[in-house]
Amino acid sequence: MQGNPTVVVIGNGMVGYKFCEKLLAKSTDFNVVVFGEEPRVAYDRVHLSEYFGGKTADDLLMAPTNWYRDNGITLHLGDAVQEIDRASQTVHARSGLVQPYDYLVLATGSSAFVPDIPGVEQAGVMVYRTIEDLDEIKAYAATARSGAVLGGGLLGLEAAKALLDLGVPEAHVVEFAPRLMPRQIDAAGSAMLQSKLEALGLKIHLSKATSSIVGEGKVESLHFGDGSVLEVDMLVISAGIRPRDELAKLAGLDVGMRGGIVVNDEMQTTDPRIFAIGECALHGGMIYGLVAPGYDMAEVVVSQLLRGARAFTGFDMSSKLKLIGVDVASFGDPFIAEPHSRAIVYEDAHNGIYKRINISPDGKYLLGGVLVGDAEAYSMLLQTVNNKLALPPHPEDLILGARGGEEAAGAGVMSLPDEALVCSCEAVTKGMICDAIETQGITDLAGLKKCTKAGTGCGGCVPMVKDLINGVLTAQGAYIKNVLCEHFDYSRQELFDLLKINDIRTYDQALDRFGVGDGCEVCKPAVGSILAGLWNDLIIKQNVIQDTNDRYLANIQKGGSYSVMPRMAGGEVSPEQLIVIGQIARKYNLYTKITGGQRIDMFGAHVSDLPDIWEELVNAGFESGHAYGKSLRTIKSCVGSTWCRYGLHDSVSLAIELENRYKGIRSPHKMKSGVSGCVRECAEAQAKDFGVIATEKGWNLYVCGNGGAKPQHAQLLAADIDKETLVKYLDRFIMFYIKTADPLMRTATWLNKMDGGIAYLRNVVVNDSLGLCADLEAEIALLIANYHCEWRKVVEDPELRKQFTHFVNVPKSKDPTMEFAEMRGQKMSSAW
Amino acid sequence: MEAALAVTWLPVCQTTDIPADGGACALVAGEQVAIYNFARRGEWYATQNLCPHKQQMALARGLVGSTGELSVPKVACPFHKNTFSLLTGECLSSSDLPGIRTYPVKVEGGVVYVGL
Ligand code: SRM
Ligand SMILES: Cc1cc2nc3c(=O)[nH]c(=O)nc-3n(C[C@H](O)[C@H](O)[C@H](O)COP(=O)(O)OP(=O)(O)OC[C@H]3O[C@@H](n4cnc5c(N)ncnc54)[C@H](O)[C@@H]3O)c2cc1C
Ligand code: SF4
Ligand code: FES
Repeated sequence: MQGNPTVVVIGNGMVGYKFCEKLLAKSTDFNVVVFGEEPRVAYDRVHLSEYFGGKTADDLLMAPTNWYRDNGITLHLGDAVQEIDRASQTVHARSGLVQPYDYLVLATGSSAFVPDIPGVEQAGVMVYRTIEDLDEIKAYAATARSGAVLGGGLLGLEAAKALLDLGVPEAHVVEFAPRLMPRQIDAAGSAMLQSKLEALGLKIHLSKATSSIVGEGKVESLHFGDGSVLEVDMLVISAGIRPRDELAKLAGLDVGMRGGIVVNDEMQTTDPRIFAIGECALHGGMIYGLVAPGYDMAEVVVSQLLRGARAFTGFDMSSKLKLIGVDVASFGDPFIAEPHSRAIVYEDAHNGIYKRINISPDGKYLLGGVLVGDAEAYSMLLQTVNNKLALPPHPEDLILGARGGEEAAGAGVMSLPDEALVCSCEAVTKGMICDAIETQGITDLAGLKKCTKAGTGCGGCVPMVKDLINGVLTAQGAYIKNVLCEHFDYSRQELFDLLKINDIRTYDQALDRFGVGDGCEVCKPAVGSILAGLWNDLIIKQNVIQDTNDRYLANIQKGGSYSVMPRMAGGEVSPEQLIVIGQIARKYNLYTKITGGQRIDMFGAHVSDLPDIWEELVNAGFESGHAYGKSLRTIKSCVGSTWCRYGLHDSVSLAIELENRYKGIRSPHKMKSGVSGCVRECAEAQAKDFGVIATEKGWNLYVCGNGGAKPQHAQLLAADIDKETLVKYLDRFIMFYIKTADPLMRTATWLNKMDGGIAYLRNVVVNDSLGLCADLEAEIALLIANYHCEWRKVVEDPELRKQFTHFVNVPKSKDPTMEFAEMRGQKMSSAW
Repeated sequence: MEAALAVTWLPVCQTTDIPADGGACALVAGEQVAIYNFARRGEWYATQNLCPHKQQMALARGLVGSTGELSVPKVACPFHKNTFSLLTGECLSSSDLPGIRTYPVKVEGGVVYVGL
C-alpha cells in the first residue's frame, strides 16, 4: 500500500524467508520487497541432504512459490543486489532495478569457505551449500570410484555420508585437527564417533594438512603435508563458512576482522535503518552457523520494526548430528572441566556408546555434555541445562537411566516448566504445545505441526514433542493406540503377530479369541488381509469377510456389474491371447479398454457370467489379474534391451519374473511395480511401491513410491545389485510391509510414518538390523509356495461357482434393473 | 406393528443358500429382497436390496456386523460403505440418507420365509 514503509530484504534463504513469515504474522503495514540471488525461492538447507534421499527441490521449499505473491510480497529471484546506496536509501540490483527502502534487512547468509590450496580450481572440487552444488555432486558421484570430503565437522560428516549413500564405493574424510568434530565434542567422544563411522564404511584421515590438489584439469589426488597422497575422483570442501558481508563492507558498514556484519542486540548494523540477520551477522564476536539463532534474530527485527523491545542475547549452540545410524550430540558447554565442573563419563566400547555430562561443582546443575552412540536423552538433557532444572540425587541416572525405578515414560518431559523452549527453531514452548493439545483437541504430531509449527524446522525436537503429546493425552486419561476398530483393541501389526503365534485360520476364531461383538466392515476385510498374508489360503473360502471386490474376485462397477482383468505379466501379451480376449469380450458383450497398468480390462459382466467367462480365459492360459485384491497389481515394463537401442538389461523378463513371483500375495494395500531398462525410465518405476531400473552394473531398487491421490517418488533402497540380491531385498521388503503396515496403508505412507525413514528401512532390509530377515524370507516363501489362481479354483469347483448369482432363488436370472448405454460402438454403464 | 396381522409368509430358499454371517439376494413376489443369515447371533434379517445412496441393487452383497454398546446389527453397502441397521432400516452412517425397508423373516424346517 502507498504510504506504508518499505522493507527490503536482501537474501531469500532460510532466515530471510522466516523474517517475511514472522513479519506478516504480526503486521501487514509494510511493503515487503525481497531480492534473492538463487534461482528458486527459499528452501530448507538444513535438510538439504534429503535431496539425495529422494526429496525434490520442490519438497524442500520453505513455502510454495506463490506464497510470496499471495501475501503481497514483491520477489525478485535470480537477481543479486550489487550495491546499497545509504545516502539515497536505495539498493541496486544486477538487473538494473533500483529499489528504495525505509528499512533494509541483510539476510545474505554465508558461503562455503574454500581454503587457498593450490589446485582448488580443478574440476571435481565442489562445495556443499546449494541445490546446484548437490546436483553437481550427484553428477560426479555417478561415476566416481573414490571421493573425499575436506573437513570433519558437522557438515563434512553429513557430506561424507551422502557420498556413501550416493554409491561412491570409497568415501574419505580428511580432517586437519587430530579428531572429528573438534568444536562440538571431546576427544573420547570423537574416538567413539570415528569407530562408528568407520563401521559404516567411511575412511577417516586425521591430522592431515592438504598441501595441494593435483590433477590434469580434473582432480586426481590430494597431497598432504606429511608427504602422503590420496587418490580421489571428486572432492567436497567443507572447511567452514564465510559470512557474505561484501555488500555491507562496500556500503561502509562495520564488518568483523574475520568476516560478518557487526550488529548490536537489536540486530542493527552501524546504520540504524539497516539490520543483519542469520549467518551473515556478527553478534558479540560470534557467527551463528545454525538456523535457530537466525530465526530468533528475525524475530528481533520484526519486534524492532513494530517498536517492540525484543533483543538478541546470544544463543545456545547445542547441536545434534543428523546422520542415520550414528547418534552424536553436544549440548550446553561440552568442554568445561575441573575446577569449574565435575564430569560423569559412561563408556561402552562394545556397543559404541560414550556419554559425558558436566555438573556444577556443587552438584546441583547440569552444565553441558556429549553423547555418542545413543543420543536419545539429548532433548531432555538440553532442557535440563537451559532451564536450570535441579539434578536428581544420583545425576548418573541421567545417562544410565533410572535403575530399578519405575519412572513412567514421558514423566521427564512433563516435569519441565511451561516456559521451556522445546522447539527452538520456531520458538515454541512446552506451554504452547500442551495448550494446543488441551484446548484444541490435537492428538498427533501432524496436527501439532500445523497448529504450532513445532518440529517443522530442524526436526530435532520431534521426539520430545511426541512425548509431550503422549504425556498430555495420558494425563487426560486418553489411551492412545492405533486399534483396528471397536471390535479389536489391537493394531494391525499386533493382530498379525497374535494370529500367527496362535495359528488362527478363520475370522471367527480371531474374533472369539481377540475381539468383541460381531465384527464390521472394517475389521472383517482387515483380518481377511492378515490371514491371507499369513497363510495365503483361498480367500473366497471365507467370502463373507471380504470386501465386495474380493468376495466376487472382480471389481464392482457402477450399476452392479463387474470387470474382468486377466494377468498380463509385464504388459506382455501374444497375438493369440489378444484374439481370445476379443472373442470373449464380443461373446459376453463386454466393454474393453487398455488400463493404466499395461493390460486389458473387460467391463460390464453380470455376476452370474463371471465363472463362464473365466472358464474360457483359464482354458486359454490366462490367470486372475488380482485387479480386485489388495495385492500385487501389475509390474509395468519397458521394452528394454531386447528391442530398445538404449536398453541395458532385459527389463521385460525381469518384470515378468517378479510379477509371477509375487502375484496373488495379499498385502495391507495394493502394490504396484515397474521395471525400466535404463534411466530414461519409460516404465515409471520410481512412481511405484517398488521399482527397478537397470544400470551399467546391475539394477537399482527403489521403494515406497505412489501415484494416485498423493504422488510421491520412490526412494533408492539399493544400487547396482544383481538379480539374486534384488529378489532377496524385495522378499524382505514386501514381507516387512505386509507384517507392519496399517490396514489400507500404501508403502509410501508406511515409509512416511516410519521413524528413521528410508535409512531405517534400508537397515532392516539390507543390513538386517532387526535380525528379522531370515524370518521374512521364510514367511514370504510360504506365501509364494501357496500361490493359486483364484479363478481357476472357482472355475473347477461347482460349490464355489454357486456363489456367483444375483438371485439365490433364481440363479439363472440376471438383475433386471441393470442397464447399459452405448458409446462409440461399445456399451457403458448408465448414470447413477 | 401395523403389518403384524397382515403378514403373508412366502417360502424363499433353503437356509443353506445364504452364507453364514453374510447375505444373498432373493426375488420375492417381484421384489429384490436381501436376506442375511447372522449365524453368529443365530438371527435372520431381511431388507430391501436397493441402497438408497445411489440406487444400487447391492445390499445383499454387503458386509454384516454390529455396532455400539447395544451391538446393533448392521449391513454396509459394498459401493460406498454406508451402513444401515438391520433392526430398523435406519441409516447409521449418514443423517442425509433415508432408511431402508426391513422385512420379517422366519426359518422353519430348513426353509427361509420372508413376510410381505
Ligand atoms: C482400470 C484402471 C483405470 C484404467 O482404465 O486405466 C483403474 C481403475 C480403478 N482404480 Fe485405479 N485404476 C487403474 C490404474 C491406476 C493407476 C495407474 C497405474 O497403476 O500405473 C493408479 C495410480 C498409481 C498408484 O496407485 O500408485 C491408480 C490409482 C488408484 C487409486 C489411488 C491409490 C492411492 O494410493 O492414492 C485408487 C483408490 C484405492 O485403491 O483406494 C484406485 C481404484 C481404482 C478402482 C479399483 C476403484 C474401485 O474400487 O472401484 C477402479 C476400478 C474401476 C472399475 O470400475 O473397475 N486407483 N489406478 C486401471 C487399472 C490398472 C490395472 O491394470 O490394474
Ligand atoms: C548441508 C547443510 C546442513 C545443515 N544442517 C544444519 C542443521 O542440522 N542445523 C542447523 O541449525 N543448521 C544447519 N545448517 C546451517 C543452516 O542451513 C544455515 O544456518 C541457514 O541456512 C542460514 O540461513 P541464512 O538465511 O542466514 O542463509 P542462507 O540460507 O545461506 O541464505 C542466504 C541467501 O542469500 C542469498 N544472497 C547472498 N547475497 C545476496 C545478494 N547480494 N543479493 C541477493 N541475495 C543474496 C544467497 O544466495 C542465499 O540464497 C546446514 C547447512 C548446510 C549447507
Ligand atoms: S481415476 Fe477415479 S474414476 Fe478413474 S478409474 Fe480410477 S478410481 Fe475410477
Ligand atoms: S450406493 Fe450404497 S453406499 Fe453408495
